[in-house]
Amino acid sequence: MDHSSSLEKLLRSVAITLVLVFFLFPIVWIFLMSLQTNETILRIPPSIAFTPIIDNYTALITGQLRTAAGSLQLNFMQNMFNSVLLSVCSVALSLVLGVPAAYAFARFKFRLGEDIAFTLLSFRFAPALLVLLPLSLYFKTLGLTNTYIGLIWVYQLICLPLILWIVRGYFEDISPDIEHAYRIAGNSWWRTFTRISIPLAKPGIAAAGLLAFIFAWNNFVFALILASADKQPVTVGALAFVTASGIQYGQIAAAIIISITPTLALALYAQRYLVEGLSMGAVKG
Amino acid sequence: MAELDITRVDKIYHSRKGDVHAVKALDLVVKPGEIVALLGSSGCGKTSTLRMIAGFEEVSNGAITLGGKAIHALPPAARGVAMAFEAYSLYPPLTIGENMSFALKSSRLPQAEQEKRVKDMAEMLEIADILNKYPSSVSGGQQQRASLGRALVRDAGLYLLDEPMGQLEPQLRAVLRGRIKHYLREHNCTTILVTHDQTEANALADRIAVMEGGVLQQYATPAELKARPANLFTGTFIGEPPMNVFTADVSATAERVSFTVEGGTTLSYPASDMSEALRGRLAKTPRIALGIRPHALQLGEGPVKGKVTACQWLGDQTHVAVDVAGRTVVSVSQERVSRPTGSDVSLNVAARDLHLFDAASGNAIAHGGTLA
Ligand SMILES: Nc1ncnc2c1ncn2[C@@H]1O[C@H](COP(=O)(O)OP(=O)(O)OP(=O)(O)O)[C@@H](O)[C@H]1O
Ligand SMILES: [Mg+2]
Repeated sequence: MDHSSSLEKLLRSVAITLVLVFFLFPIVWIFLMSLQTNETILRIPPSIAFTPIIDNYTALITGQLRTAAGSLQLNFMQNMFNSVLLSVCSVALSLVLGVPAAYAFARFKFRLGEDIAFTLLSFRFAPALLVLLPLSLYFKTLGLTNTYIGLIWVYQLICLPLILWIVRGYFEDISPDIEHAYRIAGNSWWRTFTRISIPLAKPGIAAAGLLAFIFAWNNFVFALILASADKQPVTVGALAFVTASGIQYGQIAAAIIISITPTLALALYAQRYLVEGLSMGAVKG
Repeated sequence: MAELDITRVDKIYHSRKGDVHAVKALDLVVKPGEIVALLGSSGCGKTSTLRMIAGFEEVSNGAITLGGKAIHALPPAARGVAMAFEAYSLYPPLTIGENMSFALKSSRLPQAEQEKRVKDMAEMLEIADILNKYPSSVSGGQQQRASLGRALVRDAGLYLLDEPMGQLEPQLRAVLRGRIKHYLREHNCTTILVTHDQTEANALADRIAVMEGGVLQQYATPAELKARPANLFTGTFIGEPPMNVFTADVSATAERVSFTVEGGTTLSYPASDMSEALRGRLAKTPRIALGIRPHALQLGEGPVKGKVTACQWLGDQTHVAVDVAGRTVVSVSQERVSRPTGSDVSLNVAARDLHLFDAASGNAIAHGGTLA
C-alpha cells in the first residue's frame, strides 16, 4: 500500500513535469530569444549559451528600432496601449450588456428566447474573415473605420456570446427562491439582482470576463482590417517587425513577452475563479 | 392582520411540452388571524397557490386580495407577505443569524429590537447555537428552521409556510408545532401552511383546505373534514389508515334500509336510523359508494364475515386486516387484540358511522344517517 502510493506519487510528478515542460518550453524559449540579438538567435547550430542583452526591450519601449538597414520608428507602446484599451473597454461593455442579458435568459422564459441566445452564440461559428469583408464596407459608410468605438463594437462578437453563455449557466444554478426570499422581504427586482444574484454569480462572471479578455486581447483580424497603425493592438503591431531587411526575431520575442504579461498576470490572479467558474457554471449551462 | 380572499384563481403553466393547469378556479377565504392548512398529494398545486399569493407566479385568471387590497398584480415586495420556502433557500454568503435579520432590515425597527427578535425566534426554533454558522455547514433540518425563522420574524399581513417542518424528527416537530401555534396566535398571524402531515394540519390549523389535481376538494375544520367529507377523495385522503370503500346496491323499504356490497354481504339497518330525506334520496339511488372508517369497523358480532390476513399491535391500537369476499378491509381497535391469521371474524358497523357517496361522481350523499 505504502509502496504503491509512493510509486504513484513519483509517476504523477513525472507526468506533471512532462506536461509542464511541454507547455512551458515555447514560453521559456521565447523569453531566451528576447534577450539575444538576431545574430545569436539565427546562428547554426543553435545554442543556449549567450550574453543576455536588453536592447530588444529598450527598442520596444523607446520606439527606436535599429536594423542593419538603418533606424526605424516603432509604435509598439501605442499598440500596447490600444490592446489594453480595446480589451478592457470591450469586456466592460460586454459585461454591462451580457450579465443582465444572461440573467434574463436564465430566469425568464420568453418567446424566441432560446433562439436569440443561440443566434448570439452562433456569432462564434462564423469565420471572422467572412464577416469582416461586408463589415468593412459598412464601417466605411458609417465612418467607423479606424475608430476605437468601431473596434470595441466588433469585439462584442467575441466577448458577448462568451459572457452570455457562461454567466447564464451560472445564474441558472442559483435557486430562484433565494432571490424570492429577498424580494418578498421588501426589496425590488433590481436591488435583488444587484445584491443577491450578481454576488452569487461572481465566480462565473469573473471567469467569463477573464476568458473574454484573453480572446479580445489575442484577436488579430478585426483590427488588421478595420483599423490602421495608430489604433491597432499588439497582435497586429507585431507585423512591423517583419521589415525589409529581415525579420526582427529578438524584438518579436520581447514583444511577445511584454504582451502576454497582462493576460498572464490576470489569469494567475483569477485562477481560482477561473477553475471554479468554468467547472461549475459552464458545464451545466 | 389581514383577511386573504382568493377568488376563482387559475394557474396555467405554459411550456414547450404543453400546458399544465396546476390550480383550477380556486376560491379560498382566510380570515384575519386564522391558520389554514393546505393539504393534498404531491403535485396538486399547493406550492403554486402559495407562489401566486407571494407574487412569484402570475395568476392566469382571478383575483387575490389581502386586507381588501387587490395584490395579484403587485410586485412581491409590495404585498406585505412573508414566506418560508419548501427548499429553505437561505442566502449562502450570510450566516444563519444574518439570514434571519436581513428580513428585518427594511422594517426600520431599532437595531436592538431587531437583534432581540432574531434571538427570541432562534430560541423558539432551537437554532440559537448555530446563528453564526453558514447555511452550507448546518443540517437540512437546521436550515429549514432558519428559513422558517426568517419568515416568522418579519411583520407581515400574511405568512405562507411551505412544508415548514418536513425535515424534522417527530419529537422536535411536536414541540415546535406547539410553540409555533402559540406564536402565531399571540401575534394574531394570518397563516397558510402547506403540509403532508395530517397530524400537523389537525394540530395547527383552524381550517384545512384539501386540494387534488388543482381543485379545492373541501375547506372545513379538522373535525368536520373527518366527520363529513364532501366527497370520496377527502373521505379516503383524510384519516389514517384510510377509509374502507365499497360499492353497494341499495334497497330502501319503509322498515329497513339495506346495502349489499360486492361479494354479497348485506348491511341492514332499521329505517329509523336514517332521516326521512335520506331515505327518499336512497330510494332514487340504486347504487352508492359506502365508506367506513377503520375505527368504526368493529370486531365482534356482525353481518360482515371474513378471514384475518394480518393483525398488528402498534403500541396504542391494533390494525386488523380482514379479507371480505376477496377484498381487504382494515379494522382498528383501541384495545390490544390478537387474532391468528386465517381465523374467521365478524365485523359490525353502526349506521351513524356510515358515509354514503354517489357511486358515479363521488360526492357525499350522507354522513351518519343524515343528508350531507
Ligand atoms: N414552473 C413550472 N412549469 C411547469 N409546470 C409546473 C411548474 N411548477 C409546477 N408545475 C406543475 O404544476 C403542478 C403543481 O405543482 P406544485 O409545485 O404546486 O405542487 P405541490 O402541491 O406543491 O407538490 P409537492 O407536495 O410535491 O410540493 C405539478 O404538476 C407541477 O409539475
Ligand atoms: Mg410544493
